Amino acid sequence: MRYDILVAGVGGQGVILTSRLLGLAAMKAGLHVTTAETIGMSQREGAVVSHIRLGREIFGPLIPKAGADLIIGMEPSEAARNMPMLKQNGHMIVNTFPVIPASVAIGLSQYDMSEILAFINNTCKNAILVDATKLAKQAGNHKSANVVLLGVTAAAGLLPFDISILQQALEEELPKKYLEVNKKSFEIGINMLYNMKNKI
Amino acid sequence: MNKVQFLMGNQAIALAAMEAGVNIATGYPGTPSSEVLETIAQNADKYDIYVEWSTNEKVALETAIGAAYAGAKAITTMKQVGLNVASDPLMSLSYIGVKGALVIMVADDPGPHSSQTEQDTRSFARFANIPVLDPATPQEAHDMTLWAFNLSNQLQTPVIMRTTTRVSHGCADVTIGDISKASWDIEGFTKDPRWAIFPKLTAQRHPWLENLQGELANIFSASPFNCISGNGKIGIISSGISRKYVQEALGHLGLNVKLLEIGTPYPFPEAKALEFAKGLDHIIAVEELDSYLEEQTLQLVGRFKLPARVLGKIDGMFPKCGEYNVDVVEDGLQKCLKYIGAESGIKTPVPIVEAQNIPSLPNRQPTLCAGCMHRTVFYAFKRALNGISAVFSGDIGCYTLGNAQPLDMVDTCLCMGAGISIAAGLQHAQPNVKHIAFIGDSTFFHSGIPAIINAVYNNANIIIAVLDNRTTAMTGHQPHPGIGITATGKPTAAVSIAEIARSCGVKTAEEIDGQNLKACTDAIKRVVEVDGPSVLIFKGPCTNLEKSDKHYTIDEQICTLCNYCVEQLGCPALFVIDDMPAIQSTCAGCSLCAQICPVDAIVPGGED
Ligand code: SF4
Ligand code: SF4
Repeated sequence: MRYDILVAGVGGQGVILTSRLLGLAAMKAGLHVTTAETIGMSQREGAVVSHIRLGREIFGPLIPKAGADLIIGMEPSEAARNMPMLKQNGHMIVNTFPVIPASVAIGLSQYDMSEILAFINNTCKNAILVDATKLAKQAGNHKSANVVLLGVTAAAGLLPFDISILQQALEEELPKKYLEVNKKSFEIGINMLYNMKNKI
Repeated sequence: MNKVQFLMGNQAIALAAMEAGVNIATGYPGTPSSEVLETIAQNADKYDIYVEWSTNEKVALETAIGAAYAGAKAITTMKQVGLNVASDPLMSLSYIGVKGALVIMVADDPGPHSSQTEQDTRSFARFANIPVLDPATPQEAHDMTLWAFNLSNQLQTPVIMRTTTRVSHGCADVTIGDISKASWDIEGFTKDPRWAIFPKLTAQRHPWLENLQGELANIFSASPFNCISGNGKIGIISSGISRKYVQEALGHLGLNVKLLEIGTPYPFPEAKALEFAKGLDHIIAVEELDSYLEEQTLQLVGRFKLPARVLGKIDGMFPKCGEYNVDVVEDGLQKCLKYIGAESGIKTPVPIVEAQNIPSLPNRQPTLCAGCMHRTVFYAFKRALNGISAVFSGDIGCYTLGNAQPLDMVDTCLCMGAGISIAAGLQHAQPNVKHIAFIGDSTFFHSGIPAIINAVYNNANIIIAVLDNRTTAMTGHQPHPGIGITATGKPTAAVSIAEIARSCGVKTAEEIDGQNLKACTDAIKRVVEVDGPSVLIFKGPCTNLEKSDKHYTIDEQICTLCNYCVEQLGCPALFVIDDMPAIQSTCAGCSLCAQICPVDAIVPGGED
């Protein structure tokens, strides 16, 4: 068994924490884990990705092209950028709230939100799009959008372990100061998904 | 008792060093190596370990060498370019050797992700005659570090633990052993001529050094870190993280292949390689960075007149540059198999979309954080020198990111500490242009000081701008000599940059509030008139470290939609929505935009 997750976003969005939580939870579930993170210059508002590989065997840390079972996109354009990494029938969970780089503000590049979101929806038939940043603000801090997305992902049944294991990892890993906001964000994410399911 | 933890490769190395009973740990921060020393520092008090961030890698290595001379177990950590700085002591040390144990942890950065070069420490180790271990996983990084301490102690030689980004910054479940307090029951320094290098001593020690290489090659040939598996007429030799990519590719290949995995590249385990090479028609070398294994294999084949044809980078089967992954390795293997005339079972899966078919995406380069003091200083220089012809020499740190548009304030960047000397060289060559050198606080202590003395001594008419945010920001906010805190968080003397500059003979050395645009601009205008080198020290916080709860917002009633703030600064918190400038929640409240708004439309307030 092997399950490959790619988390894509912008430096400062909590991509590394997300990957750490997934890795810890997988370990608790008795799986081997290898991850690869982007640490360094790109953490300053650059494009960052984490590769998380879970399974019974140990592999190299990088997911091959068209190999990811799941992409968690913290930001629409970064989710789209990494779509060549997704398997044919892979899943995507994408935050629709954009982080607009300075290059766009000063007119050196473009960010067509609606085109990118439509592209994700049309290209990946298993994509779930949510405004996780808005939901995180409701929970008390826009920065916990990453944990909202984890809640959505877990509730969608896209992780090879139980929601409660991820919840446990979250409680063990997060500093006390931020724990309440993050627990709330996680729950909001879970409920969001259940509500979406009910509507369908 | 062994236990399993979820660890980053660098943490695994740190814990192994502590298991080995390390007494002294030194280093200079550098991505991707920094977490090794950080982890030891966090545990220093608990296990009675001495830990320091040194001023630079040369000093770090020399400090560790001193400790090892006394019989202590020492580790020093740095990134690959740091080894260049430390190369002077390193090259001599190989002749002298050590007494306790000395492990030099060096992290390479294929890609590169966060480095100036794609150099290969395996080749450096060969050049320096120092054994090098090359793990593929955090677990191996742990296990090899333990072994490195033993090897160093037994053979009285320093040992290099070389990692790459994916090993250092990858996490995995790692089995670790018990850690107890470091034993300080060490022999101590014993006076002996062997510790003082002279030409005569070097001549005496050189044969020892050469013999040691042979001895090590034999030890390595017997080591389980070099292993042969599989069979067939085609062989693959690989080391480091590439081994993992090879294993994954072989799973798709459906072909009998003999595999030699090398964990100890130098001294090359020749006996093991010979055992592997016998009976092979082809040997494929799969390795990131230098064609090190390939060249070793070519030598072997030549010397022993083996029939095998060696394939790798030299023939262009594999890329010479950049980081590898499974796709790169599969591609190279397919090329080799085609050349050999063997069937390849590799089927490349089709992605749901190819990169070129994705609609146009925004360009997202790394940039200075919202609220970073460096932005204010760069902008002040832009304003103050408006219309004056000037060259801006940058240096290594977050402030290198001042190169991005619209600031565009880094015209040169080469290596740690080079900005000042390059500005001086430019000035001697082109005296009619203003030359400004930017250098960070940590970089100033690392290697800026000799360049300042040189500028004074040789009368270079340059402006040296020290961007002092009281941290080594880019590598994860390590302390340095200027802030009065040690690696383990203890109070210590704070070395003043202004006083250093003055005592080096700089006549104008001023400290300025780096967040006050007017103060910065005025100071710059003042020193432009001064003859000889002058030093401006801009002080302010790193907003990424000292989070502020301040926030600014744009008063829509006053804003004239001129977009001046957005266009001038490139602050990532500023953007335009429906033709209206707006401030995002990432604003750190530095007030720079408010200071430049022509109609004072930007005011404190907004979310958070
Ligand atoms: S938006 Fe203005 S006040 Fe906020 S961080 Fe950027 S420049 Fe500073
Ligand atoms: S980490 Fe600190 S120094 Fe680096 S860009 Fe951000 S605010 Fe500036």
